[in-house]
Amino acid sequence: MVGKHSKWLPLLFVGPVLCILVIFLVYPTIHTVLLSFTKGTMLNPGREFVGLANFERLLTADKTFLRLNRWPPSGVLPTTALWVLVFPSLTVGIGMLIAILSDRVRYEATIKSIIFLPMVISSTAASVIFVFVYSPDLTKGVLNAAMTSVFPQSEPITWLGRKELANVAIILAATWTSAGLPTVVLSAAYKGLPREILEAARVDGGNAWQVFWRVSLPMLLRPLTFVTIMLTINALKMVDLILVMTEGGPRGATRVIGFTVWLEIFGNNRVGYGSAVAVILFILVLPAIIYQIRQIRQDLR
Amino acid sequence: MKLFTAESARGRGESAGKPSWSQTLIELTRRGPVHVLLIFLAIVWLTPSLGILTTSFRAPADIATSGWWTVFDELGRLSLTNYEDVIADSESAPPGIAQNFLNTIIITVPSTFLPIFLAALAAYGFAWMQFPFRNTLYLLIIGLLIIPLQTTWVPVLRIYNIFDLAGTWPGIWLAHTAYGSSFAVFLLYNFFADLPGEVFDSARVDGASELVIFFRIVLPLSKPALASLAIFQFVWVWNDLLNALIFLQDSNMMPLSAGIRELLGQYGSQWNLLAAGAFISMIVPLTIFFSLQRYFVRGVTAGAVKG
Repeated sequence: MVGKHSKWLPLLFVGPVLCILVIFLVYPTIHTVLLSFTKGTMLNPGREFVGLANFERLLTADKTFLRLNRWPPSGVLPTTALWVLVFPSLTVGIGMLIAILSDRVRYEATIKSIIFLPMVISSTAASVIFVFVYSPDLTKGVLNAAMTSVFPQSEPITWLGRKELANVAIILAATWTSAGLPTVVLSAAYKGLPREILEAARVDGGNAWQVFWRVSLPMLLRPLTFVTIMLTINALKMVDLILVMTEGGPRGATRVIGFTVWLEIFGNNRVGYGSAVAVILFILVLPAIIYQIRQIRQDLR
Repeated sequence: MKLFTAESARGRGESAGKPSWSQTLIELTRRGPVHVLLIFLAIVWLTPSLGILTTSFRAPADIATSGWWTVFDELGRLSLTNYEDVIADSESAPPGIAQNFLNTIIITVPSTFLPIFLAALAAYGFAWMQFPFRNTLYLLIIGLLIIPLQTTWVPVLRIYNIFDLAGTWPGIWLAHTAYGSSFAVFLLYNFFADLPGEVFDSARVDGASELVIFFRIVLPLSKPALASLAIFQFVWVWNDLLNALIFLQDSNMMPLSAGIRELLGQYGSQWNLLAAGAFISMIVPLTIFFSLQRYFVRGVTAGAVKG
């Protein structure tokens, strides 16, 4: 039962949060859409109306944003696609592996803590840690030191300094910081599965592999979708790891779309152009927002 | 946290219970690959932090000439000197790590409690009060959960410049309150909705107002959820870099995350200072994690599993 109260009382409860969300999120998003049709600087945003010119330039003329006439395609959008394809699947894969394999070992809590640990430190600290790991100096970088001790002929690699390797290097650092999320979420969901069904599948002669693919996995679909969406959005929004580790370099190779908004607005002071990039980012995230609202609306009923 | 190697050895020994040797052997070969894989991943996950932690105690001359993995040859030379140096050094990356630390506390404490208090009010309203457009407004908040903050930066900065909030503490508190409150409403709504409504009803019969019910019944009953949320928001704000750079602007007000970035930019090669600085920035979140791990993990999983 819901209590009887004055008509205005609910406003006291939900009003403050709604106000602050409208001022800081709803209105600014609308304003940014309007700014994306203009040209301007931080001191003078929206100085000149340019229609769709920003979008046209981004998608057809700006070689740093999208370059399709050479294989493989390069620029911000293809780099973002690489992140979106690799980062969530790698991170969810590792999380799933640990969630399920650690379920029946004695040191389960310990290994889950170890994987979760990097989630509580800042991206800046994580960046410092990985700049050190990737250092080409053999007295600093543990990765190069390990590689040259296994393959004595090989030369140390500047992981963050080479166009074709820098993204992989930062994605691995991002995986290190994020794998705790799928691990704890999938582990909690896995423990919630009805044991009788898993036992029955095993008794019916399914081996561990079959039971996992045919029985466990389908029942874990919702938490799997949730963490995959969250990590995909994190890849799209990514700024801080890239800002601290490479600032988008070498030669623009690690500019993901979220970072590019930062770069255009605060680095290049092109507020209209940066807003157009932000709108494209918003459009990419929109399906996830709609999905989320639908899920919750179902639960409310 | 216990040493995983020690525990794993115990785990292997006991996993077969008390049966015969052959059974133990079969069990080991069958489960062997699982243990190898898990322990391999654990080592991979620990190594990066271990590198920076070890380096923070090493003498600069040792750091320059050998890798941190040779630390066992120089145990006698390990010291806290790097920490003293990076704390004393406010010249190279003003205002210095000590001031950064203080700033981080000034930023984080109000930015933790303000959004949670406002979100708790709203979550109670959404869960237990009747008003027009209730579900629509709640779904709007859900939609804002994952909106990229990139679409808000310029307009919010415009507002801040008009009201002189840029470069002020209330400015950063408000920004974190706004950016943290939709998740807080979501998490607390799920918890409040499961509270026993009969308790509220009998309180109402006794003449308690909604505000009294909120402060005297709902908040005390929700301590676990509030604790999870507070820890989550605290660590989130503590680690924030972007909002500080955007809304504080003044280098004297910057938190640890920005100070460490400054160190990296200026001293890309002074790993003694960098390692100590990075570890100082991690101490508080790590302490919270180790002492309140259960609450922290609950905060992360609550939305997902229930959701």
